[in-house]
Amino acid sequence: MPSTVDTEVVELVRTSKGGGGGTPSGGDGGGDGSGSSGASGGVPQRTYVTGMVVGLGGILMFFMALVSAYIVRKGMPNSSWEPLAVPRILWLNTLIIIASSFTLAHSRRLLRAGDEQGFRYWWGWTTTLGVFFLAGQLIAWRQLVSAGIYLKSNPSSSFFYVFTAAHALHLLGGLLALLSIAFRPTHRLTRGTATEIVAMYWHFMDGLWVFLFLLFLQGR
Amino acid sequence: MSSHAHAAPAQHAAPTGFIRKYIFSKDHKVIGIQYFLLALTAVVIGIVLSLLMRFHLVWPNAHLPFFSGGQMTQEQYLSLLTMHGTIMVFFVLTTAPQGGFGNYFLPIQIGAPDMAFPTLNMLSFWVTFLAFVAIIAAFVVPGGAPISGWTGYTPLSGIGEVTGPGEGWGQTMWIISISLFCLASLLGALNFIATLIDMRAPGMTLMRMPLTCWGWFVTAILGLLAFGVLLAGGILLLLDRSAGTSFFLPAGLVINDQIQTHSGGSPLLWQHLFWFFGHPEVYIAILPGMGVASHVLSTFSRKPVFGYRAMAMAICAIGFLGFMVWGHHMFVSGMSPYSGFTFSVLTMSIGVPSAIKTFNWLGTLWGGKIQFKTPMLFALGFVSLFVSGGLSGLFLAQPAVDNLLHATYYVVAHFHLVMGVAAIFGIFAATYFWFPKMFGRMMNETLGKIHFWPTFVGAYCIFMPMHFIGIAGGIRRYADASAVAYLQKLQPLHEFMTIAAFITAAAQLVFLCNFFWSLKRGAPAGKNPWNATTLEWTTDSPPPHDNFHGDYPSVYRGPYDFSVPGAVDDFIPQNLPPAQVARAK
Repeated sequence: MPSTVDTEVVELVRTSKGGGGGTPSGGDGGGDGSGSSGASGGVPQRTYVTGMVVGLGGILMFFMALVSAYIVRKGMPNSSWEPLAVPRILWLNTLIIIASSFTLAHSRRLLRAGDEQGFRYWWGWTTTLGVFFLAGQLIAWRQLVSAGIYLKSNPSSSFFYVFTAAHALHLLGGLLALLSIAFRPTHRLTRGTATEIVAMYWHFMDGLWVFLFLLFLQGR
Repeated sequence: MSSHAHAAPAQHAAPTGFIRKYIFSKDHKVIGIQYFLLALTAVVIGIVLSLLMRFHLVWPNAHLPFFSGGQMTQEQYLSLLTMHGTIMVFFVLTTAPQGGFGNYFLPIQIGAPDMAFPTLNMLSFWVTFLAFVAIIAAFVVPGGAPISGWTGYTPLSGIGEVTGPGEGWGQTMWIISISLFCLASLLGALNFIATLIDMRAPGMTLMRMPLTCWGWFVTAILGLLAFGVLLAGGILLLLDRSAGTSFFLPAGLVINDQIQTHSGGSPLLWQHLFWFFGHPEVYIAILPGMGVASHVLSTFSRKPVFGYRAMAMAICAIGFLGFMVWGHHMFVSGMSPYSGFTFSVLTMSIGVPSAIKTFNWLGTLWGGKIQFKTPMLFALGFVSLFVSGGLSGLFLAQPAVDNLLHATYYVVAHFHLVMGVAAIFGIFAATYFWFPKMFGRMMNETLGKIHFWPTFVGAYCIFMPMHFIGIAGGIRRYADASAVAYLQKLQPLHEFMTIAAFITAAAQLVFLCNFFWSLKRGAPAGKNPWNATTLEWTTDSPPPHDNFHGDYPSVYRGPYDFSVPGAVDDFIPQNLPPAQVARAK
């Protein structure tokens, strides 16, 4: 640097701090300031939370595009839209996935309280409920198929299969994340962050399902 | 010297093997160069396609190699048109400024060791690469490349090969390619946003970020919100084609004497989904160029950017408004006049932030000690082309005028100038400006100027007459206008444009020679050849694996402290502590 007269190290005056301003959000990880940041390996723990929020924004836009297509397509004149009788098992599935959010929240509460055993127990239940939900969705599909309602039968069934398949794929990803945290140690993330972002994702998928279910009910 | 050990340890150790280092690399710099080379390959293909089209427009009966019978059919012309648009928009204008330069310089400019999620970054690139392979494969699948344009309008794109050659396998490959591209861009956007929010160096407040970072940031937000919509549309379109659904396909279609079984779908629905993505896509292509232009104009005027805050806010405003104007692509679709009016007013209101940017660029130049280096020339060219191309947008924003001009060359001229050539000039400015940092060597100035002038003049020679052809009623997408009496009078203009296109394309060879020659033979660059202020110029050229040798900078000032009164040099790096500036006085 040509302009500097380089002498001893000048005292660092850090008026405005980290990340352009913010201090690391509390909670897990213990900070990304000076010094090595433990499990984070250079990336602040809150970055994973930011990434999840941003990612959910993208996923939301994807589903909202489908929802707006659904609304437009349904409201078309000459849409040849026939209301779809929603399989009854979806009520049960909805209850299951809502319950899984509660078990997940409870399991994280226990983790924060230091109850490893309880955390694993309720985390396991969340995973199981997730599997039940997906199995229930499969059963719903089987019921529709046996009633002769296929993907191409009617726009209402087309949308039903597209929505449930897209949601199930996303939930499957969440399920893998649940399993991964249960059985594999996390390297870059602390346990707190890892469970936090998985919980964010899971609750989002739960809420999204409730929204879609209401959409189907409204379209009966 | 001015940086301090605020430790942000390397996210991953420097890799050693060739494959880890250059192929499946997680280093944002390598990934940036990979994106850049992908775009370079794509742009060569895209230019060749456009030259073939220009040639065919003027000499439709000339013998051509590689075409069966030596003649280009009308369908082949349409497939070239489709592939030119698709390759240029997705794999050049989206890939180079954001994936290429954004990836390389965003982390360095904010003082970070890498992107927030390096593995995701690698994944983004390789999915983009797969998408590129898929689109190129469309040339060689049975039936050849699709003919439905880069917008893939239904029902043409939704039915299958009965609608024309290329609409079978070719169109399917197109949808697969675009869907993969959406996925990759979503991952990339996520990474950019998280990196920019959380990985900035101490002191790097939002209002101290270089305007390039603002451009990449808002572009990433646009990508995050837009690509998911196109992905949704792509999935529905694929189902219409392969599973017999009727999302976009109406009842009663009879094509080539075959009755189609679809019922009740809406072709307009596809247009809405497509343009809800498609209009933000225009800004995805141009916003990074705006950032680069501001950055380069300031550096080579030796003046701070005029109205920095207004510039940053104008980028945000353009991004915000960009989501509300997609309907102006559909004025002729029979939409309600009230919708048309709303879209029209919103579209024209984009002129306000655009004008703010333009006047502030001029304000930056005003009274500066201007250095006409090659990157500066291309940045000035960017401003010129952006204004020339943008002004015609105000005409097209009127539904009444658009009804007349919609399917003519006027629209083609408009978007080529403003989003095509202007964005390419932004990419060139970035290349000449950052080449020394990326490869440690300078590009040749004389060759750069030899490249600039024919490109600049040539671009105007191609696209200015195109406006006149459009106003005279020259219809776009016609493979051969010679059979239409009133269009024959426009042929001399077409000939002029074609010759200009070949000369302009030839000038790009100078760039390629300069690029590859300078990689090996260019003069060594040093850390800061342009005497610039931002963080990338405080580290080695090329930067080490963790960007700053583990010595991460703190930031004490805005990005454009040029010609500060009382300072010894006419630039003050962002990481120079105030105490040292005082001492240097």
